[in-house]
Amino acid sequence: MTTSILGLFQQPEPAADAMDGLKEAGFDLGTFDVLTGTPYPEGAFGEHVPQHRLFRFPAFGAIIGFTLSVFLTSVTQLAYPMVTGGKPILSIFAMLIIMYEMTMLAGVIATVIGIVFESRLPNMKPGIYDTRITEGWIGVVITFDDDSKVADAERVLNGAGAVEIKHA
Amino acid sequence: MQQRRQLDQVYTNRKLLNGQLDTPKWWLPTVSVLGVLVLIGVAVISVMINKGLGVTGLARPVYWGLFITTFVFWVGISHAGIMISAILRLTQAEWRRPVTRAAELLTVFSLLTALVFPLIHAGRPWRIAYWIMPYDISRGIYPNIRSPLIMDPVAISTYLTGSTLFLYIALLPDLGNLRDRTTGWKNALYTVLALGWRGNPRQWKMQTVGGILLSALMLPIFVSVHSIVSWDFAIASAVEGWHSTIFAPYFVIGAVHSGVSAVVTMMALMRWLWKWDDFIRPEHFDALARLLIVVATGWLGFTFLELTFALYGQDAPEIALREMQMFQWPWNMLFIIFFLTAYAIPVPMWLFKRVRTNIALMFWTSILVNVGMWLERFLIIVPGLARRTPFVYTWEAYRPSPVEWTIFIWSFCWVTFLMLLFSRFFPLVPLFEAKESQVFTDDVMIGRAKVPAIVREAD
Repeated sequence: MTTSILGLFQQPEPAADAMDGLKEAGFDLGTFDVLTGTPYPEGAFGEHVPQHRLFRFPAFGAIIGFTLSVFLTSVTQLAYPMVTGGKPILSIFAMLIIMYEMTMLAGVIATVIGIVFESRLPNMKPGIYDTRITEGWIGVVITFDDDSKVADAERVLNGAGAVEIKHA
Repeated sequence: MQQRRQLDQVYTNRKLLNGQLDTPKWWLPTVSVLGVLVLIGVAVISVMINKGLGVTGLARPVYWGLFITTFVFWVGISHAGIMISAILRLTQAEWRRPVTRAAELLTVFSLLTALVFPLIHAGRPWRIAYWIMPYDISRGIYPNIRSPLIMDPVAISTYLTGSTLFLYIALLPDLGNLRDRTTGWKNALYTVLALGWRGNPRQWKMQTVGGILLSALMLPIFVSVHSIVSWDFAIASAVEGWHSTIFAPYFVIGAVHSGVSAVVTMMALMRWLWKWDDFIRPEHFDALARLLIVVATGWLGFTFLELTFALYGQDAPEIALREMQMFQWPWNMLFIIFFLTAYAIPVPMWLFKRVRTNIALMFWTSILVNVGMWLERFLIIVPGLARRTPFVYTWEAYRPSPVEWTIFIWSFCWVTFLMLLFSRFFPLVPLFEAKESQVFTDDVMIGRAKVPAIVREAD
């Protein structure tokens, strides 16, 4: 059964010490994480720098949007080919405007989907947490597949100066 | 002088969530009055739709009047959000932090309001369904995409959707904060809206990278929207004063001028109403005023160029129109008020730091700008149609009717109402930005001077 514990710190330095201690104690990088109420500079806690593929999302969305817009603008004009103002049925400049907007729209929507996906959201069962984190406290959360290493983790957290340790 | 104070996160939460966790005493009476005014406006709109556009002052040849002027005005205001939020985010301007949310919000609500005007102006709004999305597939007739009247809703819908999503993504950390501070149904609401936000490094990284990416994507949309709005006029070759090749950049810079001014107005109100003196400081108004001086002067250059190009061709109807706009009653009076309020009064005042850091003066000068910018749109749209031309034999002088004025006033009440409603449930200043500013800023001693130093991550 998966269990987790949360060590709470009031300052960033002891939280960073706890992260270092967990690495030295042989915990896998994927099993512990730091929770903060505000963004800190990357690597402030010696945490694992997350890899992501967010930059692919807008490109993917833009390709879909552009393809749809080419279809929409050309097929609709050809389906009812009425000449207005002596302009060609497929009026490229006017089509480009719609194509541009649809490409950008799909790019934005895909980026937002990408942000949510890469943030691993939505997650309606986010696990152990403490509301003081959004008041400036820093949480170090460790997840275990079995309970054998809980005592080791608690020792590291206490050694680094955790103010409180919560279990879930 | 160092205006920034070291603030702890509990204090920041308490101050910036004071609109959500408590109800300010003024909130309910203000929202109630605005709500009544909004209902009156809706009733007047309903009457107009029922009776037809005959209740307005619109008549041949002036069919575009107060409604279209106000539509362009609100689209212009909407340019505040992305100008402030995206550009300042991309350039990592530290002073953007308390401004971004309000600016993004202004974008969303002013766009929503702007969209109402072409709809009601159409006279029979339900027929819009045959004209734009959804496409009328059953009859095999599709919108004419060569018309800017189709390009317009497409661009505005794109901008509105993008801005709303941008606003929501930047709201996620604050929704997590609200979830942590509330109980009962509010907690349930914020729990769902926060999507399980915890604040781990991956989520913060996505906020940063995603924010920059969305800013970069929204900027070209922002430029396209008011360009396309300008083509509603510029493509109409038969109307002098409208048919101009520089309308697109002229409209965009004018929109930024009015939009950023509207943000100044809103910032002053936020500081006064919620007592956010620690977060919205004179230095922010100073920075916004400096930005406005540059934007306003660029806009003045375009105004001058537009006039120069119009007169340079020595086309008689064009010259006649300009003469009417600037020298004939009542247009000359409007033109003078427009020039004084949009540039001649506020910009020279902003040259003085005492004015830039005086919040009351910034509030009133920013309102002046928007009076002027509304008049600018009126002077672009109406005189071109109102000028007497040969072979037109029915003529009515355009006088906006009380119905039009009521709907015009309604639009301001509606935007304010929406803003106040939003403020009851969501923070108007991004909390995580305010806190990040505290983390990334420190005072350093240089000689005997204590100066603020801002940490910027190299990426």
